[in-house]
Amino acid sequence: MIDNDLLVKVSDAGLYKNGKWLVKGVNLNITKGKIVTLIGPNGSGKTTTAKIALGLYKNIEGTVERLTNKISYVPQKVSIDWTLPVRVIDFMVLTQDLQDQEINDALNLTGVEHLKNNNLRELSGGEFQRVLLARAIAKKPDLLVLDEPVQGVDFTGEVELYALIKKISETLQCGILLISHDLHVVMSATDYVVCLNGHVCCSGTPVAVAQNKEYKELFGEKSSQLLSLYEHEHDHVHDSDGNIVKEAK
Amino acid sequence: MFDDFLFRALIAGIGIALVTGPLGCFVVWRRLSFFGDTLAHSALLGVILSISFDINISLSIFAVSSLVALILLRLQNTTNLSGDALLGLLSHSSLAIGLVVLGFLSFIRFDIMGVLFGDILSVNVNDLIIIWAGGAIILFVLWLIWKPLFASTVNYELAEAEGMNPKRVNAIFTILLAALIAISIKMVGLLLITGMLIIPCAMARNLSNNPKQMVILSIIGGLLSVFIGLYASFEINTSSGPTIVTVAIILFILSLSKIRKKY
Repeated sequence: MIDNDLLVKVSDAGLYKNGKWLVKGVNLNITKGKIVTLIGPNGSGKTTTAKIALGLYKNIEGTVERLTNKISYVPQKVSIDWTLPVRVIDFMVLTQDLQDQEINDALNLTGVEHLKNNNLRELSGGEFQRVLLARAIAKKPDLLVLDEPVQGVDFTGEVELYALIKKISETLQCGILLISHDLHVVMSATDYVVCLNGHVCCSGTPVAVAQNKEYKELFGEKSSQLLSLYEHEHDHVHDSDGNIVKEAK
Repeated sequence: MFDDFLFRALIAGIGIALVTGPLGCFVVWRRLSFFGDTLAHSALLGVILSISFDINISLSIFAVSSLVALILLRLQNTTNLSGDALLGLLSHSSLAIGLVVLGFLSFIRFDIMGVLFGDILSVNVNDLIIIWAGGAIILFVLWLIWKPLFASTVNYELAEAEGMNPKRVNAIFTILLAALIAISIKMVGLLLITGMLIIPCAMARNLSNNPKQMVILSIIGGLLSVFIGLYASFEINTSSGPTIVTVAIILFILSLSKIRKKY
């Protein structure tokens, strides 16, 4: 791992709150152009870990080194109340000042430029997620944190969205911290996986994690079979994709 | 010109409508209308304290409302009661305490109707200065925190993750709301301030498709309510506060017919 590409280094971090450990003993590095995925069951500390990496908690165990301030976040759930009239274009400048060109480029990259003047409430689940992504990448961040970015999207849409996330990481050369609940879909779009269950139960390349005994125990034998099935289907499709293909060969 | 009470009332009303528009939009967006009510109820205690200790009425209301707001923020962190139960608790306890203290003050001539519904005749030049200076400060601070406040209104986690400190701007917004209630109590009265805050914004929501437009239309709606309401209350001899709010409601009803049209 080249050190000057390092964006965030989390060392042995944990958070103790209301008499219990929300998460403990987390080690992870996020580097430019790489996608790190956090997986784990509900309540396993995925979002907590992401927030630790973002530096949002003050009283944590361990250390977090953050070498950039250009961070964008895509939250798990955004619900827009009817009382709040927000167009896509208003949403784009929510936390940042943008030139028209930057807005257009970002919407273009995620394929929703035609929705620029639509109200957020008029969008479908998939369109909404693309707008969320566009907003997050408009300022070309160094680090992009995505919390379950495929909520409310059907399976085909999920695969497309992960392909888009992969494209974003390649185009912008930013580091991505991705939170997901299913490994088999993110498989092709991730470089490193950390499997959480209150602590780091295993970590490594997607293939290594899928074969890990603890991972199988956590998610059941079936999920890892599903995974190999998926991998088998796609190792020829994503021929130019890098890491995963290499290991499959 | 400032000798004419109707003119003074008009200047006061314009000042208040300019502030209630933008602040009211946030009250609607953040679902804080009951919170506005709570602050307004606690203002009665402020009025009574100001009479008992002979301090400025706006200052005293601002102090009590801010205190109630801070107690609320504290209770939210330390108890398991839901937000609306806490609001009800604070709202009615401050109202009850205010009324009990009022009982001790029977020797003072005190126009409670004026406090509850607003008293246009009592607006003097001093009040105008408080309304316009206070209003200018409120709008300036709101302008400063606009971006983080709006971002945390749309999505708290997002604002937090991108370093906008939503906790701090939320607390500042609460103080602004207390300040608005302090400067507008003479004009609208404490029972109807929340109406003045949210009804023009509800009307504006029917006619707008983006946040800036909604704020501008809220201000226009507030101004129209003040103009027509004051004129009507003068002509038909009704209380100024309720008349202004009634006009706002009529405007809201008219706006309903426009909902489906494209703006």
